[in-house]
Amino acid sequence: MNEMNRKLSILAAIWVALVCAPFWMPYVGGYTALGTRVLVLGLGAMSVNFLLGFTGVLSFGHAAWFGLGAYGCGLLLKFVAPSTSLGLLAGTLLGGVMGGLLGALLVRRRGVYFAMVTIAFGQVFYYIAFQWSSLTGGDDGLRGFERQPLHLGFATVDILSDSTAFYYFVLVCFALVVAAMAFILRSPFGRTMLAIRENERRARFLGIQIEQHIWIAFTLSCFFMAFAGSLYALVNNFADPLGLHYSQSGNFVIMAVLGGMRRFWGPLLGAVVFVVLQDYVSSITINWQIFIGILFVLVVLFFPRGLLGFLQQRKRA
Amino acid sequence: MTQLLLFNITNGLMIGAFYVLMALGLSLILNLSGVINFAHGGFLVIGGYIAYTLEPYLGFWGALVASPFLTAIIGLAVERVLISRVYGRDPLYSLLLTFGLAYILEAGTRMIWGAQGKPFTIPEFLSKPISNEFFFITGYRLFMVLIVAVVVTGLFSFLRLTRIGIRIRAGTLDLETVAGLGVNVRALRSLNFAVGIFIAGLSGVLAGGQLGLEPTMGAGLLMPSFIAIIVGGVGSLAGTLVGGLLIGVASGLTAVFYPSASEAVIYVLMAVVLLTRPRGLFGEEGMLT
Repeated sequence: MNEMNRKLSILAAIWVALVCAPFWMPYVGGYTALGTRVLVLGLGAMSVNFLLGFTGVLSFGHAAWFGLGAYGCGLLLKFVAPSTSLGLLAGTLLGGVMGGLLGALLVRRRGVYFAMVTIAFGQVFYYIAFQWSSLTGGDDGLRGFERQPLHLGFATVDILSDSTAFYYFVLVCFALVVAAMAFILRSPFGRTMLAIRENERRARFLGIQIEQHIWIAFTLSCFFMAFAGSLYALVNNFADPLGLHYSQSGNFVIMAVLGGMRRFWGPLLGAVVFVVLQDYVSSITINWQIFIGILFVLVVLFFPRGLLGFLQQRKRA
Repeated sequence: MTQLLLFNITNGLMIGAFYVLMALGLSLILNLSGVINFAHGGFLVIGGYIAYTLEPYLGFWGALVASPFLTAIIGLAVERVLISRVYGRDPLYSLLLTFGLAYILEAGTRMIWGAQGKPFTIPEFLSKPISNEFFFITGYRLFMVLIVAVVVTGLFSFLRLTRIGIRIRAGTLDLETVAGLGVNVRALRSLNFAVGIFIAGLSGVLAGGQLGLEPTMGAGLLMPSFIAIIVGGVGSLAGTLVGGLLIGVASGLTAVFYPSASEAVIYVLMAVVLLTRPRGLFGEEGMLT
């Protein structure tokens, strides 16, 4: 089988698995809502990886845009209009625009410094959500909104009580964003991102405007992230200040690295492992954090190229 | 009003002093090894809890001296076994590793000492206010400021006057050349890490006496310390010192006029500094951009 066929068959397998998930998941001990969470968090991890794995820029504060998306969506549903699609739009715009503005301030920084500044700025939004309790509900999170039925013109889909219908709604959203990401990565712009990742100085010599490209990649990644966050508000009918916290950013980065950050689908695999593990461990012990911590350490020491990178190495050997 | 203002300024300076201690340790490690130690707060908490455990046997003073050393030994072990493996690799890995360690230390503290807060008793003569008019200036607060001053002076003289200190500073500027001159960089980094953790352990004990002990207290100090470093300028210890005091006072002053913004104001300060001086107040061209 040649390379092209192999890639296509893997791609087909991924989509078949995702489309059929509500049918096979119960047999392996899963449930549909868990599948929905994996999709949304996986989309978040893929957005982080859009920047980390394909542009080589280490943002450690991406939970801020995820959380802003969630709050934007929740606030719109609660105070403005009961419409799921408008909620998604509001959340995506809020997180994406804020991310883009901040990105403009940061694009000249690199490496550790960039990571530090993104973490610190990300925390601003955590404190705002935490302190402004009259609007955001503070520590308790934003409650009092629900995802609304979808009006498609010819039919109305109830995604609130029917968890399978909601899974498919999220899957469609996921597919659209993932297609957009793949499209951008295949475009000349995406190739330029890779060039910057591989050798920034050489790319600069070629006349590429590095800061501008990094800023655009950062902003796109923030929009994707905010969209994932908006979906997450719909998943839980709730927005949590912890969703903005830097520990959540760390979780997204570990999902990307765990799956394989040089791979397009790596972060989704990472999210599957991470979310299922967290779900399982937190159901058997209150000290689940220690297991998450050990997972971080193990990934760094033994799987720095992620599960997909590891599998590939094994195959070559 | 003056009373209130003074109270909040002193308070801000006090908190700022904690930020300084924490940030100096972080800064030392970051400058020489390029590692942002997310687990720094975890070590601070462990320092406090070790002192809590030792206090019945050694008393306050014994615990104050012994705990930082024990914390530093734990830190040294962690550095040798885990953190030293990611030196020189993409900063991503050191971030993730110390991030995981922070989880482990916090959950570990909770497993050993329980999730409930613990009191850490301080000698009676320190807990009394020294003046009736300025009731908020307790002996302990003065004592803490004194200790912080001693540690900062000690650290700066160590870095300026001793051979090891000079090597650490040289390594901050150009580690390869220092290694080429025959300095054992491995040992230098370990020692430097241990010094940073020693300071964290000490601040854990001091913080325990003022605020009591809680497994999560370290995480709360981590972000302000980051900001102290960014405001002061990455790569400059003097900058870290100024940055820590500055954000402490800024948040103290804001607490007078608009209490709910007292945490947000330090982020505003950081944004202003980054807009006007992108490398921070004392940051220089070429250092860890």
